[in-house]
Amino acid sequence: MKTYTWRTGILEFFMVFVGVVFAFPLYVLVNISIRQANDPSPAVALTTQPTFHNYVDAWGQAGLGQAMLNSLFVTATSILLIVLIGALTAYVIVRVSSRLSTFLFWLFLCGLLLPFQIAMLPLYFTVRDLGLLGNLWSLVIFYVGGQLPFALFLYAGFMRALPMDYEEAAWIDGATVLRGFWRVVFPLLRAITGTVIILSAITIWNDLLTPLLYLSGTTNTTLPVAIMGFVDQFVSNWPLIFAGLVIAVSPILAAFFVLQRSVIRGFSSGLKG
Amino acid sequence: MSRIGSSSANSTARISHRGAFFSIGSRPRLTAQSRGLLLCALPALAFYLFVVLVPTVQGALLAFTNWNGLAKAYSFVGIDNLVKALSQPASLRAVINTIVVAVTFTVIQNIIGLAVAMGVNSRIKSRNILKVLIFAPAVMTPVVVGYLWQYMLAPDGPVNAALRGLGLGSYARAWLGEPGLALGSIIVVLIWQFAGYSMVIYLAGLQGIPEELIEAAAMDGADSFRRFRSIVLPLLAPAVTINLMLSMIGGLKVFDQVWVLTGGGPGGSTDTLSTLMFRDAFTYGKFGNATALGLVLLVLVALISVVQYRASLVRRRKA
Repeated sequence: MKTYTWRTGILEFFMVFVGVVFAFPLYVLVNISIRQANDPSPAVALTTQPTFHNYVDAWGQAGLGQAMLNSLFVTATSILLIVLIGALTAYVIVRVSSRLSTFLFWLFLCGLLLPFQIAMLPLYFTVRDLGLLGNLWSLVIFYVGGQLPFALFLYAGFMRALPMDYEEAAWIDGATVLRGFWRVVFPLLRAITGTVIILSAITIWNDLLTPLLYLSGTTNTTLPVAIMGFVDQFVSNWPLIFAGLVIAVSPILAAFFVLQRSVIRGFSSGLKG
Repeated sequence: MSRIGSSSANSTARISHRGAFFSIGSRPRLTAQSRGLLLCALPALAFYLFVVLVPTVQGALLAFTNWNGLAKAYSFVGIDNLVKALSQPASLRAVINTIVVAVTFTVIQNIIGLAVAMGVNSRIKSRNILKVLIFAPAVMTPVVVGYLWQYMLAPDGPVNAALRGLGLGSYARAWLGEPGLALGSIIVVLIWQFAGYSMVIYLAGLQGIPEELIEAAAMDGADSFRRFRSIVLPLLAPAVTINLMLSMIGGLKVFDQVWVLTGGGPGGSTDTLSTLMFRDAFTYGKFGNATALGLVLLVLVALISVVQYRASLVRRRKA
């Protein structure tokens, strides 16, 4: 299998065909989004007279700008808290060996499996009673609580394999345990922090159900809910809708194409075990 | 999942500690001195309790009461809700749909994911771009994917146009409009979106298999099917387990794509536990039904997790 044989050629041909099938919907998405409203050509045909008017209109009429800022705020704030709290908690759970820490680890691990749908109703009423409906912070709290088990699990797995020599050197030099964690251990976790950030960012940015629950009916929505409102408003004006969809999905796709190596590594190794 | 919690991993840190030149006592320092450090876990615990544990327990318990979302007082009614919910055709269909989606999606997605991973894990020149291209849908917002495919699968949409172009016009359908077809169409969309996710997990597994092993088997006269069955597949077992688990649980919980593509229609034919639960609770105010459906989902996910855990235990004992 070291050389490129005729069998490799056949495989290549077949795989490119598979790739084309997978990419076809994406082609249609972009192709329709640059089409003029009165262009009668079939959907599959390449748009020959492209226009970017749809993008201007979609941006202006859909309020996607505000929604994008909201999504950005919610995602960034949640991730900051998830990383800080997740790494520190994993650290003390891994390094303090007691029955309590083992119990805590398993308790958090349950969160990886529990479907949140069952928690959805009681939590909705708690959030309502606290007057947090329509408030972006309710989403932040939700995502931090919901994503922590996952972050903890990743951090804990990584830390168990990390020798204690570095921290001990810091302690010998007079650093407290927390300072040793922050200045010595945390920087060593860079790779896994990257994975946590990427995986949580994709989950949070894309989530529909939670903002639908907590934010719908307000003007203060995140991107997925805003898209739904936008599509309802311009039913079957597909060029305009698709321009909106492209705008909505481009930040995450752009981030993916730039960071593809890390993203794919995160997805393929993140949950290994 | 549990490998990380195993004792062998646990002891590395301790051994290296004992071996350290400057360590004085024989016990790790943190155990002796700093149980109080666990206080640092309090913020995490607070978030986790508030968002996950308490409401989950509440939700599970409410399923056995006549709570209606408004009244402060409610009483224990046993399994009334469950019985009532499961005796309604709509709820029963949602349960069946959920299982059908989860199982079909898991099987097909893993076959495709593994096949594509093996195709990409070769000498072909386009392997990197194909990997990126096939994985890309997995990071896309499900709502966007939903609307994109609503257009693709419309009666006069590109899928039917492609069929007509290939002379298969008689197979053109209202893919999301016919009760018998809509669920299958949703599964296709889910597979399109997440096959790349399975692919990258299998790819990581395949790249961990030493090439010499396969070459040695080839020299011993094993044909390619035999090599796949006796060497590749057993060594891929961890990737298979994690993939099955991820797609099964993902399939059981699916909401976004169904909500956008069909909203559970036509006529409830594509309702899953999540969509019916959402509608029951927030459109119709049928809270008893909603909590009962939530409980069913919880039990299904728990069952899958137990089966998966036992399977991985058996495998480890064999190894």
